[in-house]
Amino acid sequence: MPGHDERKGGLGGPLLGPPYRLVGRSVIRHDARDKVVAATAYAGDWAMPGMLHGVVVRSPYPSARIRAVDTKRAAAMPGVATVMTASDVPHNTLWTDVPGQTTEVGPLRARLHVLAEDRIRHQGEPIALIAAETEQQAREAAETVAVDYEALAGVFDPAAALEAGAPAVHDQGNLLAHWRVRRGDVAAGFARADVVVEGEYRTQHVDSAYLEPESGVAWIDSDGVITIRLSTQVIEHFRDVAEVLGVRQNRVRVIGTYLGGGFGGKEDVTVEVYLGLLAWRTKRPVRMVWTRQESLLARAKRHPYRMRYRTGALRSGEIVGQEIELLADSGGYAYLSALVLLYSTVTAAGPYRVPAASVDARVAYTNNPPTSAMRGFGAMQVVFGYESQMDRVARALGLSPLEVRRVNALRRGDALPVGQVIETHVALPELIERAWGALGEPTPPRAPHVKVGRGVACNLQPYGRIVWLHDWSSAWVGFEMDGSLVVRCGVPDVGGGQASSLCQIAAEILGVPLEGVSVHIADSALTPLAGTTTASRQLYMSGNAVLKASRELREQLLAAAARMLDADPAALEMADGAVRASDGRSLALVELLRGCARMGVPRSHLGIYHAPAGEPVDLEKGSGKIFPDYTFGCHAAEVAVDTQTGRVTVLKLAAAHDVGRAINPQSVEGQIQGGAVQGMGYALMEEVVLEDGINVTTSFASYLIPSAGDVPDVEPIVVESGEGLGPFGARGIGEPPIAPPAAAIANAIEDATGARVTQLPITPERVARALGLVEGG
Amino acid sequence: MRLSLHINGRPREVDVEPSQTLLDALRETLGIFDVKEGCGEGVCGACTVLLDGRPVSSCLLLAATTAHRAITTVRGLEDDGELHPLQQAFLRHGAVQCGFCTPGMLLTGVAYVQGHPGADREALRHAIEGNLCRCTGYAKILDALEDYARETKRG
Repeated sequence: MPGHDERKGGLGGPLLGPPYRLVGRSVIRHDARDKVVAATAYAGDWAMPGMLHGVVVRSPYPSARIRAVDTKRAAAMPGVATVMTASDVPHNTLWTDVPGQTTEVGPLRARLHVLAEDRIRHQGEPIALIAAETEQQAREAAETVAVDYEALAGVFDPAAALEAGAPAVHDQGNLLAHWRVRRGDVAAGFARADVVVEGEYRTQHVDSAYLEPESGVAWIDSDGVITIRLSTQVIEHFRDVAEVLGVRQNRVRVIGTYLGGGFGGKEDVTVEVYLGLLAWRTKRPVRMVWTRQESLLARAKRHPYRMRYRTGALRSGEIVGQEIELLADSGGYAYLSALVLLYSTVTAAGPYRVPAASVDARVAYTNNPPTSAMRGFGAMQVVFGYESQMDRVARALGLSPLEVRRVNALRRGDALPVGQVIETHVALPELIERAWGALGEPTPPRAPHVKVGRGVACNLQPYGRIVWLHDWSSAWVGFEMDGSLVVRCGVPDVGGGQASSLCQIAAEILGVPLEGVSVHIADSALTPLAGTTTASRQLYMSGNAVLKASRELREQLLAAAARMLDADPAALEMADGAVRASDGRSLALVELLRGCARMGVPRSHLGIYHAPAGEPVDLEKGSGKIFPDYTFGCHAAEVAVDTQTGRVTVLKLAAAHDVGRAINPQSVEGQIQGGAVQGMGYALMEEVVLEDGINVTTSFASYLIPSAGDVPDVEPIVVESGEGLGPFGARGIGEPPIAPPAAAIANAIEDATGARVTQLPITPERVARALGLVEGG
Repeated sequence: MRLSLHINGRPREVDVEPSQTLLDALRETLGIFDVKEGCGEGVCGACTVLLDGRPVSSCLLLAATTAHRAITTVRGLEDDGELHPLQQAFLRHGAVQCGFCTPGMLLTGVAYVQGHPGADREALRHAIEGNLCRCTGYAKILDALEDYARETKRG
């Protein structure tokens, strides 16, 4: 079996080889058993005696100056316990470090106020907090907070924001970051190209739109520890709460609940800082649950992009040069925008060999809602660009879209334009063949004016954090005296089976049944920290931490068993709750554990996994590692286009990804199917509509996500190369499946009709314009 | 006002405001958290309960209008600690991810299949259009529903 190479950053050879007892089996997840009987206590399903209810007062203006905030009336309203404004916040600034060097702008420390002081930069910016005896009272009091605004001119378009004389969103200027890549001689590449194709593409703001809105409860626990139980992808925000309150970090505890969905929208802070402030101020438990309207109004969105691609290729289809310009809208604050653009910069040319490339990726402040992390994190928008281009190259050369992709597909040892060499197997030819093959027989059109066509799109998505961030995760694995196993790991479970996979790994290595494992997750005080459930990193990082802890525990237990049995440890194995020697003797696990207690051998182990680390590299010079590794995929879509109305129906969608190894194949399929359907929503339906910075889609009646009737069943194709850096050769699969559908669908529409749509979402109106049915566009 | 609500076969006396929704009465007054709030305006289906066996959005219904009518939440699907066949099918097929839509999805599915034994996949797809799921892409939910619909027809 290939893979598990220390050099690449995996954990080294498997202690146990296949066949595996639990790894690779679609076991029923413990969290699913809870969820089908509604036994899961989500963050909002929590009440405490004497609990107050917190709400946030937000700005209706996208750009304004605050002259004064008068809270006297609100404070006197029935049931109100406290009203807080910026001056009541001990340290009113939240910081985000952005390592690395961006052109022109330099290293960034993104900052924003917890509560607005004098300037409003986007609609929904928080101004005051209220806690009252009932939620109704808190909302009524919020209505009475009198804010004296001076409306200011705003800028609502990133290109306009970068023009001279544009209203300054921030004093230092509206350019937030600019990443640049120059690789090879692009002009020479274009000079020897047989064909050069150009395209401009636009993507839209979209929302994570998880079913569970932002929610949590905070209280002051014993010894004054401020404890916040909430729905978050990042329990490490306890440090931000401590910083804002001006207390030591060990005085704040965050307990992460099983989330009702995250998708990146619960990566930045949500309610924890507000709850921490209100509980600290009132000394009472406080609950805050955002309404859907508030969630859609206040949460950061996916960045809309404008992309310009110019691609030169030889007659064979081989790409010889590419110029890429990206411009993104960060909204009123930086959040994670610079990093999102870095992801775009690294992946902008797709999973292809492009010997000469230039990339300019810029992101600007505007007075639109802020944009930040969302599943795919900047590696998504560019797929619509580079995969539309691949079809244009194919069309210009009279080649099949599959052939053009096969000709250019990255292979192990090839470098991305930023200089990172791909060190693992790239299964693209197999992924393309299997996705395309899964479409089967063509669907006959149901009417003469309906055209049916097919398209593909490939992608690459990093998993694991940027190597400059020196990422690590830790997990504790230990036996109780009765032979039951406990896993403790600070991983938030967003619903992807993060916790359950850890149980499978520990049970596999330690030879116990899955039912004998309990897992405790996401408690910043009681579980070893595991980092964020973002960046498709938890199976990779915490899976490796649990694997490491389990292996080391196994070794220490087998050494003890060897002493007890007077046997060679190498001749012992752990299985079925016992230790067996090759000569047939065995030792029950409980006997071994008692023996360990007598001999003073620990029955637990803390495992820490460090990802491959590196220092920031100069992208422009292009050398060095940026991400630990990548997950590759290919989706194939069949669509029907009604050429009278422009309506597009996706008939089939097959989604193939090389996941390295599927620890739980059913969970992997679920990630692929769910991600692909979100990707279809992005392609066809979803759009946060803004009118001069005002969000007019703040309900599920106006912000439409796919329902069961809007999408076909996605056929998941799970390819297992064993080449990933995660446990048992697994790769990350949380984010990758969301990205390809938009381009695959646009390519299928062109195949069906000859018309290319270059702006998302692909509404009937845009298709009708592309078909020439209506004027303009 | 004082009401008698019949929840999962048992009467519960409760004081509600005339303007209080059934969702709010269940969650905030009675502490029955197996009903979820996803949108508060009857679009997402997370707050679905069965009222006399028919799925309704409890966020749109005034509690006062439901007195003496049979209210079923997901906890009412279990029979003497035994999971309902659809709950078992959800587990078998991996139809649960974050689980926030699951209670509403189960109740809508049970009500529909009971009225349409042996319903096919396309009918089931249509039946759950009012229950949004952001995680699964619906395919595994439909696999589970299809299995349950087949069992119901045989039974």
